[in-house]
Amino acid sequence: MSFTASGSESFEAPGTADLWQPLIGHGAFAVTRPMIVFAVAAIVISAVLILSTRKLTIVPSKGQFLLEGSYNLVRNTLGRDIIGSKDFRPFLPLLYSLFIVLLVNNLFGVFPIIQFPTFSRLGFAVAVAAVVYVTYHTVGIRRKGLVGYFKGIVPSGLPGWLIPIIWPLEFITVMVMQPATLALRLFGNMFAGHLMLLVFTFAGEYLLLHSSGPNKVVGVISFAATILMSFFEILIEFLQAYLFALLAALYISSALSEEH
Amino acid sequence: MTGDIAILGYGLAAIGPGIGIGLIFAAYINGVARQPEARGVLQTIAFTGFVLAEALALLGLVFAFVFKG
Repeated sequence: MSFTASGSESFEAPGTADLWQPLIGHGAFAVTRPMIVFAVAAIVISAVLILSTRKLTIVPSKGQFLLEGSYNLVRNTLGRDIIGSKDFRPFLPLLYSLFIVLLVNNLFGVFPIIQFPTFSRLGFAVAVAAVVYVTYHTVGIRRKGLVGYFKGIVPSGLPGWLIPIIWPLEFITVMVMQPATLALRLFGNMFAGHLMLLVFTFAGEYLLLHSSGPNKVVGVISFAATILMSFFEILIEFLQAYLFALLAALYISSALSEEH
Repeated sequence: MTGDIAILGYGLAAIGPGIGIGLIFAAYINGVARQPEARGVLQTIAFTGFVLAEALALLGLVFAFVFKG
């Protein structure tokens, strides 16, 4: 999208191409910014988790309290309440890693200097969704057997003539729609939020420096909107990390449950 | 002013899921307000519905980029 103000060069709204900026090399095998950010996130998470769980005390310090809070959130509201107190234990490491990796990577979107949500790249979102996809099908097939698992995807108590109609729909939902929407939801939210901040910042810069008269006031408003949207983004980023872990738990629990 | 009509189309396509998600969470909040102890059960149901409604908006997002000129 482009827009021309009175008598100066035109403003090009940042598009999807502006987000593709390889650091080293070019083409399919370039080293890109999300790779570096993801590596930084991995190092930060490992360091924080190892260092702060080294000296555990019964009366927790501030850091330990925060970590235990995040762990309790995943363990109690995601693991125990959704998967059920019988089976949730083996999935806790997966759910907690998903939550904490997504949370740190998403919050990098508004973190000064880095300011890049890794999951605004579709590839990263697809990779984490693939982990969940393989997990819930594997545990489902292991629990009920191949035939039982695919027979169990339709809701029980359905009239017999409806089953041939519903089964393909449910099959597509489980095999295609669930993983696709899991990846796209995360990607879409991070990407749209990042692009929105970019549009407000660039528009503010353009209106303030390259236009005249009352447009400058709009430029100031645009910058104020950037700050406001950043706080909104923090909320979205936390929510998306939580939602992803919640949906992973939901899919695992529906793969494990006896009656759909 | 120039642009792409596909993006406008996505804006229109997002209206439906927007209303749908609003209705789902309105019902969820209502339910929790009336019966706070049912929160856990209702949360699972609400998010299942939310996921189905949001899938439509996500399909719209994908198609907006697919049909972009």
